[in-house]
Amino acid sequence: MGTQEIEIQVNGQPLRATVAVEATLLDVLRNELGVVEVKNGCGQGDCGACTVLLDGDAVNSCLTLAVQADGRQVTTVKGLGSPEAPHPLQESFVAHGAVQCGFCSSGMVLSAASLMKQNPTPTRAEIREAISGNLCRCTGYTKIVDAIEEVANNARLLEERAS
Amino acid sequence: MTDAVKPTKYRLIGLALPRHDALDKVYGQTKYADDFTMPGTLHAKVLRSRYAAARIVSIDTSAAERMPGVHAVLTARDVPRNETTSKFGQTHSAGGFEGLYRVLADKKVRYMGEAVALVAAETPETAAQALRAIDVVYEPQPGVFDPVEALKPDAYRVGEEDTNVVCSYKVRKGDVDAAFARADVVVENEYRVPFGDHVYLEPESGTAWIDEDGVLTIRASTQVIEHFRDVADILRLPHNKVRVIAPMLGGGFGGKEDITVEAYLALLAYRTKRPVKLTYTREESILSHSKRHPYVMRYKTAATADGKLVAMECELISDAGGYPFLSPWVLLYSTVMATGPYKIPNVKVDAHAVLTNNTFTSAYRGFGAPQVCFAYESQMDAVAAQLGLTPLAFRMKNYLHTGDELGTGYALESAVLTDETAERALAALGEPTKPRSPWEKIGRGIASGMQSYGRLVYLHDSSRSFVGFELDGTVVVRCGVQDIGGGQTSSIAQITAEVLGVSMQDVTVYFGDTALTPLAGTTTATRMLYMSGNATLKAARAVRDALVTKAAEMLDASPDRIAMADKTFRVVGDKDHSLSLIEVLEACASDGIPLSNLAQFNAPAREVKESANVEGQIHPDYTFGTHAAEVAVDTVTGQVTVLKLVAAFDVGQAINRLSAEGQLEGGTACGAGYALLEDVKMDRGRTVTCALDTYLVPTAADLPDVTTIMIESGGGMGPFGAKGIGEPSSTSSAPAVTNAVADAIGIRLTRLPVSPERILTALKEGQAKRDDAISRRVPELA
Repeated sequence: MGTQEIEIQVNGQPLRATVAVEATLLDVLRNELGVVEVKNGCGQGDCGACTVLLDGDAVNSCLTLAVQADGRQVTTVKGLGSPEAPHPLQESFVAHGAVQCGFCSSGMVLSAASLMKQNPTPTRAEIREAISGNLCRCTGYTKIVDAIEEVANNARLLEERAS
Repeated sequence: MTDAVKPTKYRLIGLALPRHDALDKVYGQTKYADDFTMPGTLHAKVLRSRYAAARIVSIDTSAAERMPGVHAVLTARDVPRNETTSKFGQTHSAGGFEGLYRVLADKKVRYMGEAVALVAAETPETAAQALRAIDVVYEPQPGVFDPVEALKPDAYRVGEEDTNVVCSYKVRKGDVDAAFARADVVVENEYRVPFGDHVYLEPESGTAWIDEDGVLTIRASTQVIEHFRDVADILRLPHNKVRVIAPMLGGGFGGKEDITVEAYLALLAYRTKRPVKLTYTREESILSHSKRHPYVMRYKTAATADGKLVAMECELISDAGGYPFLSPWVLLYSTVMATGPYKIPNVKVDAHAVLTNNTFTSAYRGFGAPQVCFAYESQMDAVAAQLGLTPLAFRMKNYLHTGDELGTGYALESAVLTDETAERALAALGEPTKPRSPWEKIGRGIASGMQSYGRLVYLHDSSRSFVGFELDGTVVVRCGVQDIGGGQTSSIAQITAEVLGVSMQDVTVYFGDTALTPLAGTTTATRMLYMSGNATLKAARAVRDALVTKAAEMLDASPDRIAMADKTFRVVGDKDHSLSLIEVLEACASDGIPLSNLAQFNAPAREVKESANVEGQIHPDYTFGTHAAEVAVDTVTGQVTVLKLVAAFDVGQAINRLSAEGQLEGGTACGAGYALLEDVKMDRGRTVTCALDTYLVPTAADLPDVTTIMIESGGGMGPFGAKGIGEPSSTSSAPAVTNAVADAIGIRLTRLPVSPERILTALKEGQAKRDDAISRRVPELA
């Protein structure tokens, strides 16, 4: 199989790589581009640790070919926010104790961000469904749902004020 | 979800503070083992046995060695000392508790997935090709895959010795046979529990290199940096020429307590003189690394008509898999805790760990306690039903209290509030949920548990911590803890900040590095807060005392009148006189008074008298608690929906309320998975559930919110009276769920997991029994 040159916007930065056509986005991000905040938990689409936003929607980067991301926007947890300019979900995860070992956190936060984009005011059941592709072994999920729900509640308040 | 927060006598201890490590993690800045790469790194892969039981006739590595880009191909004969006796990170020798560690299979393979050869190459692809080029000729052997079969005298011999029995223990108290004869109710059952996989989200990983001073350095995801001694022994190097660094771990749960990648990396880096990286795939992790022990457990429990337990007899058979590893320790825990948190005058326990050609088994959150808790808590409900008592009422008559003796004769010394945890856990379930359909049954269950924190007293456990001020008033802690995600380093920062009157942000904790941090032992056995928390507390108090003494001298007041908080020293009741922290630090520094202290904390220690006969104190202390669950069972599909989960524990004293709740919630979820889903299936030693779509763990959609109730007796042996909760929080969760299922369907399943298939089978058999009873009654009626 051949190789292909691609350019991916990772967190707004254009990054170029020559990749094998069968290479996964996860492999290229971690091993070619040094984007190691994207985690590899299973490589088979079962755990969600490798979740990134592709043009704003959550995907398992281990099930996405790198060539599919050519010319597109990839957002990782570093692109979502930083200590200087945090995303509300990141602040909420820290404040609620939703981060333990942290290995699932980057994927979990991105799945939550993708949910909030589609449904800014989800119920707890909708939150649980939306993150059910992201495994966590430490928290039992309660505090993760709490953290996402608080951001949703704040969004709901803003919506109510606006209307 | 939690109960109301009560006021505390501490400034920071017990507060729900955001963890200091959570910020880096949520912004993607934490560098886990596989996120770290040295320039010029080679990639390693492991050739693993395709057979569970076979003789190795020959290994030909010549074709692999000739491949371009391949830098090393190693087999057993290349390992300077292929067999060592691991003390599992401990420094004290206790006869019978050391285990054979064989780095690479030699002459014989004992389980499928056992490491046979190692490769280091320029790329992962080249390493994979080289593995395929290694020619191993095996002579398959019959093997033995059931621990009960393996106990038979003529069974296939898994190891090199003439028995498959790894160890046997017994407990004897009173006379069980006489008690059974006199008892009003006797219930006897056999229970079985499966292999379990930890499924830490981060698979095993590490990088090794030889540093600029010639020190072999391994940065790996491990719960035990003190395996550096084992690695040095394997390479026949002095202990001070091997350094192990544990970065933040993506979970451990006991699965990173034994050596994983460290020895392989060390051998390859030493051979190639290049940095080498090795990260397992998920499949490789499930296939080849340690599992939770399956047990076969026969229980016989007797009570009087007024609801007093009079006797418990337990026979435990543990499947150790292909190598012993921590099986003797795990079995000892099971033996001591086999009868649970109950006062029983007559106890008989016989326990055996047996080698088979299954994947080896070792530590997993709970360390032998979850297996027996499933059995004794199932028995408690079964006996209660026979007596016509509620599960709570029967338990309340029999809980252990402070001063009561375990089966081993050890009298409990610390707080025991199991009664209160049980009452509050059950009450927290609230109003019963109504079934959504005629075929849905609702059930409720409780289960209480006891679980040690701290390692076996035989091991003479110790921990060290260094606490010191910098001249600008910031604080450094150096403590060799491994942070596996439970807030280990954050708790140490919080304890230090409390004592030294600074904020948590002022404290930096250097952790998990055998070259930089005083050795603190393993992050296992629910021991880190207890051991390293106490060592840190001791060091911080010594620093505080020195500074307070100096400040008292400068303020011309007696030291007991000096308050140290918010970076200021004040004389109590005197608003006019105070000193800043920096003034006192500078004065100490110029007077030669140390600004730091290195403290050691030693756990209670005992020698082993006769390891087979288990008597007296085995652990430093125990944590007690109760789980409650409400479930809905769909009797058409067999599907169980967990509606409510409650964990009520005496935590002694929460250090960080968020972390403590998080442990309780996570442990409870893990136990619910053990009850309903988790099952590493092996077919004659071949693992058939090697991916996370076949080995199922709970997702967010599978679980309800966990309600936590924390009781703070202050009666623990940890810092500020804390007890350990990492493992206890999981132990009694599974039987609470299975007791709820039994309550729902009226049939008790004695095998985990309680899967839809097993529930449907039980319902059909139950129906068949009822049908049979009806048809036999018909002639009588006629």
